[in-house]
Amino acid sequence: MTGGAQIAEMARPRIEAMAEGLSTARWTLTEVAFWLVPVACFFLLSDYLVLGSQILITALFALSLDLVLGYAGVVSLGHAAFFGLGAYTAGLLGRHGWGEPLSGLLLAAAVAALAGWLTSFLVVRGRDLTRLMVTLGIGLLFFEAANKAAFVTGGVDGLSGVTMWKLFGVFRFDLGGKTAYAYSLVVLFVAFVFARRLVASPFGLSLRAVRENATRMPALGASVRSRLVIAYTIGAALAGIAGALLAQTTQFVGLDSLGFQRSAELVVMLVLGGAGRLYGAVIGTALFMIAQDWLSGLNPVYWQFWIGLLLVVIVLFARGGILGVADQAMAAWRRKAEP
Amino acid sequence: MIANFIGVLFDGIAYGSLLFLISIGLSVTLGLMNFVNLAHGAFAMLGGYVCVMLMTRWGVPFLATLPIAFIATATVGAVLERTLYRRLYKASHLDQVLFSIGLTFMAIAAATYAWGPSQQPVRLPDLLRGQVEVFGLQLGTYRLFLVAVVVAITFALAWLMEKTRFGAQVRSAVDDADVANGVGINVNLIFSLMFALGTGLAGLGGALGIDVLGLDPTFPLKYMVYFLLVVAVGGAGTIRGPLVAALVLGIFDVAGKYYVPQVGAFIIYTLMVLLLIAFPAGLYGRRA
Repeated sequence: MTGGAQIAEMARPRIEAMAEGLSTARWTLTEVAFWLVPVACFFLLSDYLVLGSQILITALFALSLDLVLGYAGVVSLGHAAFFGLGAYTAGLLGRHGWGEPLSGLLLAAAVAALAGWLTSFLVVRGRDLTRLMVTLGIGLLFFEAANKAAFVTGGVDGLSGVTMWKLFGVFRFDLGGKTAYAYSLVVLFVAFVFARRLVASPFGLSLRAVRENATRMPALGASVRSRLVIAYTIGAALAGIAGALLAQTTQFVGLDSLGFQRSAELVVMLVLGGAGRLYGAVIGTALFMIAQDWLSGLNPVYWQFWIGLLLVVIVLFARGGILGVADQAMAAWRRKAEP
Repeated sequence: MIANFIGVLFDGIAYGSLLFLISIGLSVTLGLMNFVNLAHGAFAMLGGYVCVMLMTRWGVPFLATLPIAFIATATVGAVLERTLYRRLYKASHLDQVLFSIGLTFMAIAAATYAWGPSQQPVRLPDLLRGQVEVFGLQLGTYRLFLVAVVVAITFALAWLMEKTRFGAQVRSAVDDADVANGVGINVNLIFSLMFALGTGLAGLGGALGIDVLGLDPTFPLKYMVYFLLVVAVGGAGTIRGPLVAALVLGIFDVAGKYYVPQVGAFIIYTLMVLLLIAFPAGLYGRRA
């Protein structure tokens, strides 16, 4: 055993103790209440289920970025590459005769994870700007590839004619979106439980340590590179699942699923909710998409203006997004309450 | 065949020198202030609109609009640097990226509101239109003009950086801002001046580039990758790095679109990813 590994081994009980002590280890009442909201929406807001499943899918996508950006600290502007890859994988399966949803989902995750793993070696090299550019470049490459390979992907017209079988052979994907909503919600919840467990694990703690100080981690005997590779791969797999969900529930894949706009908007949603907190991804996505839906009567250009302004304001005055501001407000209130 | 190739090469050089002119300011903000400014293209767009507005509304001749475009964008850049950018020098790169993407979105929406979504036309003076014969080759007059302007500006910049007291101060601020501050150099002022100079050059590039790059509200996003590429590949904080990178990029892009149009933008993106893998800190980047 090398010295570094030995030290890491010695530190293990302590890290595990810390993980145990993390508030995330046990589900709080607030969290349970939080997850009851989308369940209640299923019964109360049955007219909005189509929008609802879009929100749930995008929330899963934002969750995948949160692992990469919020926890591992890799600023990615090309995360839509994996979303689109998953979408096209599931869409092509459905179009060419295999419409079983769950296996489609798993295969999409596998394909996206493979792509994420392969590209992660390019991403972990270099520093922030290089990473930014490489993720951006990879995203653009995927977009161009799908655009040029129109004989497979349908190009600009998108991939239509995706036929899905019944979920578990029982639930048909109906026009009202009941099945789509429930399916998306369950997948999101499972992914969330996984992500929650992951970030509370020693691995999750070490990811945060990498984010906070990447030069000190090797001194503790921990490889920065391998951790980032794993985090990036997992993020890609979850993004692939989100893409596959969208393809299966809408039975269509558009070229915009790979676009830069999608990657950029995703970052906005995550930051709006608060990065590095998992719940921020879900809350930010929901608020962003509901606002977008309400304001859809507005000219999209003006919507873009307000999004831009929102970003500037968040960065200048509200670091940590909605949840960050809420935390600060709570802390201030507590200080006031205790004389 | 050969003449054809030289023609493509020349177009590539003209295109590359334009990219260099616009990107040099980005190299400055990144190398000097360590600021990832994705909104840089918005300043180039502003310069373009200033040029078009002066020509169509007030009938100012094209050549006279160029210095005005430079001054107008430099002023806007200086004001934004003083009021907003300054607060984020010490922020994380993520915050800087978000902030500048936000600015870009706002600039796009504002430009659409003010001037509509369509391409803006530019009427070049007769003097700069058509072709001239150089050593038996037909070259576009405007592109020749473009290259000449950029060469002149590059020499002026090199002189400013290498031979003047101001240039020495800038170089020392790039090397170590804290120490430069300690020996009595007003680093804050240098930051402001360099930011204004960089945005002004971007505005000038935007105005010069209407005929080559086009001008519509999506300009900042459409070319963002190219500007970032020039700086990321070339290495920030130098003049030589972005110059080489811009020329390589311009030539490959034009040649790629001319000879293998079906591959399209693939060449450029692949080239970029490969170059960044080989040189993570840029061709002439300093190790940090």
